[in-house]
Amino acid sequence: MPDFLTLTLGGLTNGAIYAALGLALVIIYRATRVVNFAQPALALLCAYLAYSVNRATGGYWLGLLVALVAGGVLGALTERVLMRPLRRSGELAPVIATLGLLMLLQAVSGMIWSAEPKSFPYAFDFRGAFSPAAVFVVVVVLVTAGAVLALFGATTLGLRMRAAAFKPEVASLVGVKVGLMLTIGWTLAAVVGALAGVLAAPPFLSPTVLDAVFVYALTAAVLGGLENPVGTIIGGFGLGVVLSYVSGYVGPELVTLASLAILVLVLTFRPHGLFGRGVARRV
Amino acid sequence: MLRVQDLATAYGPVRALDGVDLAAEAGVITAVLGANGAGKTTLLRTVSGLAAPNAGTVTFDGEDITGWAPDRIVRRGLAHVPENGGVITELTVADNLRLGGLWRARADRERTRREVLELFPPLAERLDRQAGTLSGGERQMLAIGRALMSGPRAVILDEPSLGLAPMVTARILRVLRELALTVLLVEQNARGALSVATHGYVLSLGRVVADAPAADLLDNDRLRHAYLGF
Repeated sequence: MPDFLTLTLGGLTNGAIYAALGLALVIIYRATRVVNFAQPALALLCAYLAYSVNRATGGYWLGLLVALVAGGVLGALTERVLMRPLRRSGELAPVIATLGLLMLLQAVSGMIWSAEPKSFPYAFDFRGAFSPAAVFVVVVVLVTAGAVLALFGATTLGLRMRAAAFKPEVASLVGVKVGLMLTIGWTLAAVVGALAGVLAAPPFLSPTVLDAVFVYALTAAVLGGLENPVGTIIGGFGLGVVLSYVSGYVGPELVTLASLAILVLVLTFRPHGLFGRGVARRV
Repeated sequence: MLRVQDLATAYGPVRALDGVDLAAEAGVITAVLGANGAGKTTLLRTVSGLAAPNAGTVTFDGEDITGWAPDRIVRRGLAHVPENGGVITELTVADNLRLGGLWRARADRERTRREVLELFPPLAERLDRQAGTLSGGERQMLAIGRALMSGPRAVILDEPSLGLAPMVTARILRVLRELALTVLLVEQNARGALSVATHGYVLSLGRVVADAPAADLLDNDRLRHAYLGF
């Protein structure tokens, strides 16, 4: 019988990564009403860049930094080049475009780094039930989530971003540069996504390593109601723990199935999330 | 002050504005009247940059602002209070106010904020409430207050009396007059608008069909019956 404490702690570590990637989804959904299906591929590309920097210089931190910067640049480019021209093309076109970007970036990553798994280092020693590496993951994600919440809740930039998201036309009438807010939103989200990618990568990086993580992150975001960063963080950690129990007590092969079951149950019975208010959603 | 010349704006094949000329003089209220679909809202949207004109010019304080982005126009001192106020219901009253004029110096914003709360005391009592919980009149006050936060020299308003009790409308119109700003006021409530305005225009099917001092419009029975419905 696996140790309950080990499973819980392991679940929290995984859950932190789901929470981070889920947070990236929520930031973009709040700003543009688009679920960014390209998020895992953007994160993957950044993780591969971190890997290459790692290999070249042997430094974990430089790799992480490069990944975060690359994430920001890719996020801004995605918004400017791909999403902005589609702004008036209805609700479906941008979502389909992110799906296309997902396939493109995954293929490109495979072409550059091959489909063969690459060994990717942890930040710290990863041995033990709650290793330094695991603590690092949880702490970094909590700090990042706190920073994002503070940005939205306590700064005028956050206020302008929220206004641009809720009522773009009204926001522009009071002087908010709505287009700039969207670019900042995508940049921010992609940086958080890149962080999630680097945290999720070890021990092996391959083009599909984030696919399952993305399903869990999406579930976490849906648990939080897709618009609620706090709900998504709680959803991510909670889902990590639950899936860890499923893996430990039932069987690891059922983890993805359990996640999908949770996703379907939430969408059926609480479509606005466990923490959301009963606002009808258009999706 | 604010001048519109030969302005034409179309939505696809529909000509919402068809060669409109009008001017709002400094420091007074100018009313634009007309039935639904006369082009009043389109006029304001074109002036504030939300809609792009096909022809014509908008000049503000001698500067051609035709085709400018809305955020640039409001920074230049021309604020637009859209139909139904455009209050952001998901934000608190305080945050809605804070959004106005974020580019201004902190001291200026603080001073204007105090003035706005004095002008509209109901807002001061409800700063922490979600704007969605406000009554229609309070929302309109918030929308106007938020526009004032940008320290405008001119304000254009789209039917501030829509859905409000006559008492509340009267109060809002009175405040507008006392501010001595340049105001372009679009209204279906012609009698209320003309009672505070110095000059009035009547729009019909995208054209100006009357252009006269407000008192003359009130006295002109033929015009009142034909276009203003009272």
